Amino acid sequence: MEANSVIGTVNKKGQKIVDPEYLFFEAPRQQYFMTGSEVVREAIRRASVDISVAYPITPQSEAAAMVGDLYVEGYVGDYFRGESEFAVMSQCAGASFGGARVFTTTSGPGTLRAYENFPMWAGSRLPILINVMVRGINSPLNIQPDTLELGMILDTGMLIWHAETAQELFDYLLKGYIVAEEPDVHLPIAVVIDGFFVSHTKDMVMIPSADLALTPYNPYRSPVPCMDMEVPPVRMMRDPFVMKSNYISYATHASWQQEIRAAIERSRKHTIRLIGGLIEEENSDADILIVSSGTAVAQGREAIRLLAEEGIRVGIVKVKTLRPFPHEEIRQATKNAKLIFVPEFNVVGWMAREIKAVIPDNHRVIEGPHVAGGMTLPPEVIVEEIKKVLAGKKEVVHG
Amino acid sequence: MGKEKIKICEEFYDIMPPEYRELVDSSTYGKEGRGWKDVGVAKELIEEHSLCAGCPESIAFRYVLACLPNPEDTVMVGSTGCTSLVFPHVAVHNIHSLFGNQNAVASGLKRALAHRFPGKVKDVVVLAGDGATVDIGLDMTLQSWFRQEKFLTICFDNELYANTGGQESGLMQKGFVSKMAPAGKKFDKVRLPEIAEESGCHYVATLTVSKPNRVEKAIRQGVLIAREVGPTYIQLYTPCILEIGKQAMEGLQEMRDSEGPNERFAFKEYISEEAKAYLASLEKEKKPAAIPTQG
Ligand SMILES: Cc1ncc(C[n+]2csc(CCOP(=O)(O)OP(=O)(O)O)c2C)c(N)n1
Ligand code: SF4
Ligand SMILES: [Mg+2]
Repeated sequence: MEANSVIGTVNKKGQKIVDPEYLFFEAPRQQYFMTGSEVVREAIRRASVDISVAYPITPQSEAAAMVGDLYVEGYVGDYFRGESEFAVMSQCAGASFGGARVFTTTSGPGTLRAYENFPMWAGSRLPILINVMVRGINSPLNIQPDTLELGMILDTGMLIWHAETAQELFDYLLKGYIVAEEPDVHLPIAVVIDGFFVSHTKDMVMIPSADLALTPYNPYRSPVPCMDMEVPPVRMMRDPFVMKSNYISYATHASWQQEIRAAIERSRKHTIRLIGGLIEEENSDADILIVSSGTAVAQGREAIRLLAEEGIRVGIVKVKTLRPFPHEEIRQATKNAKLIFVPEFNVVGWMAREIKAVIPDNHRVIEGPHVAGGMTLPPEVIVEEIKKVLAGKKEVVHG
Repeated sequence: MGKEKIKICEEFYDIMPPEYRELVDSSTYGKEGRGWKDVGVAKELIEEHSLCAGCPESIAFRYVLACLPNPEDTVMVGSTGCTSLVFPHVAVHNIHSLFGNQNAVASGLKRALAHRFPGKVKDVVVLAGDGATVDIGLDMTLQSWFRQEKFLTICFDNELYANTGGQESGLMQKGFVSKMAPAGKKFDKVRLPEIAEESGCHYVATLTVSKPNRVEKAIRQGVLIAREVGPTYIQLYTPCILEIGKQAMEGLQEMRDSEGPNERFAFKEYISEEAKAYLASLEKEKKPAAIPTQG
């Protein structure tokens, strides 16, 4: 593969291009105490990003501006502020069509303003990496962490990984490119964090040297031609897809959409290799389980500790990838559970719905507790919910 | 450069589709001074089209493709609309993504190509309808000009939303009765050429496609100035004969009727001082890329 031929060479910034697996698993790392935004900057510094487009919206503005500093320092090839998230995501598309590795960020209302672009990215097989820092969506105006927007992008055709910690954020940003750019995947990827909780708090992170960089994107490994006129400009189709009364156009659309879903599933093997599985389990043989993603998992872990002090044993399943959704893994991990609690930072409980849709006997799922609009989810609230249900005070709805 | 990227190895020559072989054998990639006179003589870069019979968009498309100075290193960006039915048949790389985002896509694309191929010419040309350019995509059209993005924007102005059945558009004439303007359009045709000038375009031309020499000159100037100086804009009248009730053979006359000195498509051209200096320098150097003298 051509990408490999650059391993060992030095880029314009004097960084050594190394084998991704070396960067991920072997390169010596040093500990830093930094905010999530700074973690984004440090990941992108090492990510051989060609183009990044930015737009301000809390809580991602800080990280997006820091990527601008990287551009000035020469770590990112080109960078500018677009005029809206819709435009930004189309600018990212153009850059990706032209063979660039692209990075962008957004949050809440920005995610929804950009929305039409996401299925287009997937349909066009553009391996853009977008860091989504979730926040509440209007109305009323809200800037606090809330995962409602995530439930809305689940079926856009993007890969979606939900990082719980700053460390996962760092690793997912780099590993995400490698998985998304695999020829048998070649899809956009959203690396998600909970706004503020991860973006604006400081955390310990292990980071390899800034003298190392990821292998650059090789657009000629794409399953569709790169739009740079370096490969023959063949007539792409006999008739445009949109021609009416044309069986081929229906069949093409349907099969291509299926292929995108199949590509999401094909990403599993690369994902498992790089992030060690789509879920993480702790004591999943317990009768009571907490299943969720992002920082809700961190709160769940605290709740488990509090409950253990009272002699109540609870296990946890952390969902790392929302797409591909780990349906079989969740089925297995929850097979002995009698009660499955799904704490969430949104008003509708979409994660509980996702889980209910893939496991047998889904009356075992308790949708909650969930909070919204930026409320915190103290472990005590999870403890209380679990105890209430155990005491039979709260009716378990049987489905 | 020319055709080296598309040539076929001998062993596979006979199994390639005939239209591809024709591209290799007689298309004008890399030909110096290519232009509209190649239409009908050399293999065109448009294979066929699925527009209405006699639609002026089709001849406009053929002229544009025949006149690109550097098709072997040009990438086009389209939008949803009647033009999107043609692009799949076009033998230069082209992108269709969404309706109205063409100038945003082109901004990212041009920057990617500039970053990946420093020192090499890679032209980007946008071609979209009036609805895409002026209504739904107006912010992205203007913002790309404000940012001085280096590509040519061509608007096929048929003064309505043709592909969805003839609704009102911002470039429609005041008073015109159409779907969604049942009592006649209440405001003036948007003056995008003037707005383009104010927004930082270095070359702006308004014309019909009735005179191919003129189209050729405009397209070449538009591409070359965009490449070296900054954004350029060309608005071409390509009447939707279907929606204005004309016959297949009446498109040309409709264009002629609309380009008289006091008509809305009277030929108009604006060239910035910077662009003029650049054109003059081209003349002086007598580069192969120089502009054909008269149109
Ligand atoms: C977001 C979105 N809104 C609306 C449409 C429907 N639509 C498709 S083509 C079109 C009109 C195109 O008009 P114009 O740009 O003038 O091109 P023409 O067909 O006239 O050449 C519209 C409204 C769409 N495809 N996407
Ligand atoms: S609908 Fe109008 S613009 Fe579209 S192809 Fe037909 S005549 Fe041309
Ligand atoms: Mg139109």
